[in-house]
Amino acid sequence: MLDRILNAQRSIEQACERVGREITIMEVCGTHTVSIFRSGIRSTLPSSLKLLSGPGCPVCVTDQGYIDVVLGLAQRDDCMIATYGDMIRVPGQAGSLETCASKANVKVVLSSTDALQLAREHADKTVVFVAVGFETTAPATAVAVKEAAIEGIENFCILGGHKLVLPAMRALLGGMNDRVDAFLCPGHVSVIIGFGAFAEIVTDYGRPCVVAGFEPVQIIEALAEICRQLADGRAELKSIYGAVVTEKGNTAAQNIIAECFEPADGYWRGLGKIDQSTLVLREPYRQFDAFARFGLEDRPGEPIKGCRCGEVLCGLIEPRQCALFGEGCTPEKPVGPCMVSSEGTCAAWYKYGRRS
Amino acid sequence: MMANREPERILLAHGGGGQLTNQLIQRHILPQLENETLSRLGDSAQLDLASSSLCFTTDSYVVKPLFFNGGDIGKLAVCGTVNDLGVAAARPVALTLALIIEAGLEFQTLERILASIGRTARQAGVSIVTGDTKTVERGSADGIFINTAGIGVRLPGVNPGLEQILPGDKILVNGTIGDHGMTIISQREGIGFESQLQSDCAALAELTCTLFENVPGIRFMRDATRGGLAAVLNEMVEAGRFGVEIREADIPIKPAVQAAADMLGFDVLNIANEGKFVAVVSPETAEKCLSICRDHGLGREAAVIGQVLAAPEVPLVELHTKIGGRRIVQMPYGRELPRIC
Repeated sequence: MLDRILNAQRSIEQACERVGREITIMEVCGTHTVSIFRSGIRSTLPSSLKLLSGPGCPVCVTDQGYIDVVLGLAQRDDCMIATYGDMIRVPGQAGSLETCASKANVKVVLSSTDALQLAREHADKTVVFVAVGFETTAPATAVAVKEAAIEGIENFCILGGHKLVLPAMRALLGGMNDRVDAFLCPGHVSVIIGFGAFAEIVTDYGRPCVVAGFEPVQIIEALAEICRQLADGRAELKSIYGAVVTEKGNTAAQNIIAECFEPADGYWRGLGKIDQSTLVLREPYRQFDAFARFGLEDRPGEPIKGCRCGEVLCGLIEPRQCALFGEGCTPEKPVGPCMVSSEGTCAAWYKYGRRS
Repeated sequence: MMANREPERILLAHGGGGQLTNQLIQRHILPQLENETLSRLGDSAQLDLASSSLCFTTDSYVVKPLFFNGGDIGKLAVCGTVNDLGVAAARPVALTLALIIEAGLEFQTLERILASIGRTARQAGVSIVTGDTKTVERGSADGIFINTAGIGVRLPGVNPGLEQILPGDKILVNGTIGDHGMTIISQREGIGFESQLQSDCAALAELTCTLFENVPGIRFMRDATRGGLAAVLNEMVEAGRFGVEIREADIPIKPAVQAAADMLGFDVLNIANEGKFVAVVSPETAEKCLSICRDHGLGREAAVIGQVLAAPEVPLVELHTKIGGRRIVQMPYGRELPRIC
């Protein structure tokens, strides 16, 4: 194991020397972000190799408008909000789920089917599942929606906020941040969509894309592969997460996503409106769409004053360049979502990287 | 005939001070904790101690679930307070026991908890010498809350404390970390790791007193409960006199604990323990401490995990990771964690 790490580290150093300029590699997965920080990978890299965290944390990329819709629903007596834990403390215009709603009508769940179970148990409430996440959590939401349809559970619906990774990467390279030299591609998402999906980034934008798992050794080896490609002037698609990720991905999961959802234009924090980047329920399942049921609109929200999470998500600034970081904004009193989520870039910087 | 009419669940009236309270104490509590001082049921326990140099501590226990793999709230209530004395170089002598019971708790549950308290106290060599029982309405407590206070006699000539720590001192733990917290969290969340996880809940005073009595170079000791190893190490550097570095590869962690923590996104360094202490010892005595720990059932996997550094500009706890990287270890803020002790 140590041999593999040392080899990869040597390979990175040699390749960086050959490149002879600053290299910027972006990871677009919150779990990668945390693993990189927790294992101290940054401290082992040459100074010319810069790692940027991109729009990979599902809670962080969720637009403020969506958060405020959730908070609005939480105020209703006839609703129960079922959410993954990370969303609980995300600040909106008027507090967070933790502060602005009674605890009784906000439930933390570990899966979408737990949310459906809440609906079965609370016939007097409409259970709204806060359906956020990338292609990784979308299949589970689809399963719950299908089950609700089969069983006729009418007091269940989802507030659709699922996002697609590829449109965000294209939006970045298409203008938001074209300084990114290559991508460390997300392991979990690739399990679902297959590593072949990233081929378009390689062909259309000439950026190396390497899929890796979350063990530090895999991440370092992926970085080494990317650096070698850049040194050779190559841009290729590669997965080193061989045991888990296939080129075509999980077709059963893809099918259930396609059966229940269709892509639509969507709003992202920091990235704004991106074409065909979010998932909305298709017609046979639209009765389970909370936006439709409550006559709500998914529109961009007012950004939080002083919060630069959007720029952090695009890799345009590092968290410490935000004036609020560590001062007005800490994990105990977060201002923006990147400081809330355990996968958020600011939280990772604060927890593992802050030195004074 | 009387026995048949006895309620199977605790009633509010059991805390009323009348006949039912008396029955509760005589039939259910005393038999489990029997000792001469307690049996007198005086307003105060009378203790004749060998020394007037004492340590005195208290802690409350609200763990949910009440029973978990490796322990229960009763065992925890005895061990936790015994450990607070033990790491302060005091030999535990006597505990108080205050029960706040929610009306509706099954007697069978209470009996199991009391039996566990009695058993753990006997094993730890302490007596429950006085106590109190209150009942509260349904919904006002989660089954049962327990408070224990403990008194211990200080070992002569031993005076551990943060101010004793010097650069170069070694940092030692008596075994794997994170076991208790991950057991509780996994059991609460139902994530299916239960069978592989077990709380480390244990009374450490015998081991800690053996260490203090045999090794003169023990500078400081603390049990790593809430906030885990990270909290203890950060408390150490807070005064700013020195820094701390630890090595990831040397920290004992069970694979199942690591796997459960990874799955839920927790850092094992922040996870609670109930049978682990952190000791700071002089470099020349580290080996002897390890050997005493390893000869004892509660220190088989003891390890030196790092050392104290001369005062840096910013006093930090720094972790040398397995891959040769470095990162800081923060004081945990983990509000998401459920009640674990």
